[in-house]
Amino acid sequence: MHTFFLSLGMGLFALALLCLYRGVFGPGVLNRIAGICAIGTKTLIILLLMGFIYDRVEMFIDISMVYALLNFIGTITAAKYLEMKGEV
Amino acid sequence: MHIQELASIPFLLGGFFFFIAATVGLLRFPDFFCRLHATGKGDTLAVLLSLVGLSVYEGFSLTSLKLIFIAVFMFLAQPTSTHAISRAAMRCGLEPWVRERS
Repeated sequence: MHTFFLSLGMGLFALALLCLYRGVFGPGVLNRIAGICAIGTKTLIILLLMGFIYDRVEMFIDISMVYALLNFIGTITAAKYLEMKGEV
Repeated sequence: MHIQELASIPFLLGGFFFFIAATVGLLRFPDFFCRLHATGKGDTLAVLLSLVGLSVYEGFSLTSLKLIFIAVFMFLAQPTSTHAISRAAMRCGLEPWVRERS
């Protein structure tokens, strides 16, 4: 089962690298924000899988919860800032 | 192999499939709103499936309760952030993509 979790985490890491393309080269600020938000969502699952691999999931789950909150707040803050600024 | 491990594998594979679909949509769609459509729905369903699969694998404990809590929070937070950023794009004057008529 640990091998399955490890291969799943490596696949998610590859998908996060693909999303990083949209984060680096995406035309405009908004595409970059969308790419970084997708990377944060994948990182949440990767952290939980790391906790299950190391058998210390009760520690990693708190980190994962905080990561979900930070991802949400960061996206909301960037959206509010762009909306108040009024232009891309 | 326990029955919990066997039951958690389809959830995790389904979540991974929806992650792949959302990433392909993010890379290949032509417009910002189309890309947000792909990631907003695909990532929400993928995170939900993955968290349910991991909590089935964990069994009944405080950790699985926290996993269900994260799932409920992501189910609320992901559409909210998608809506906020797309509203910001609309108010900034970004035009949605339409197919050019010949």
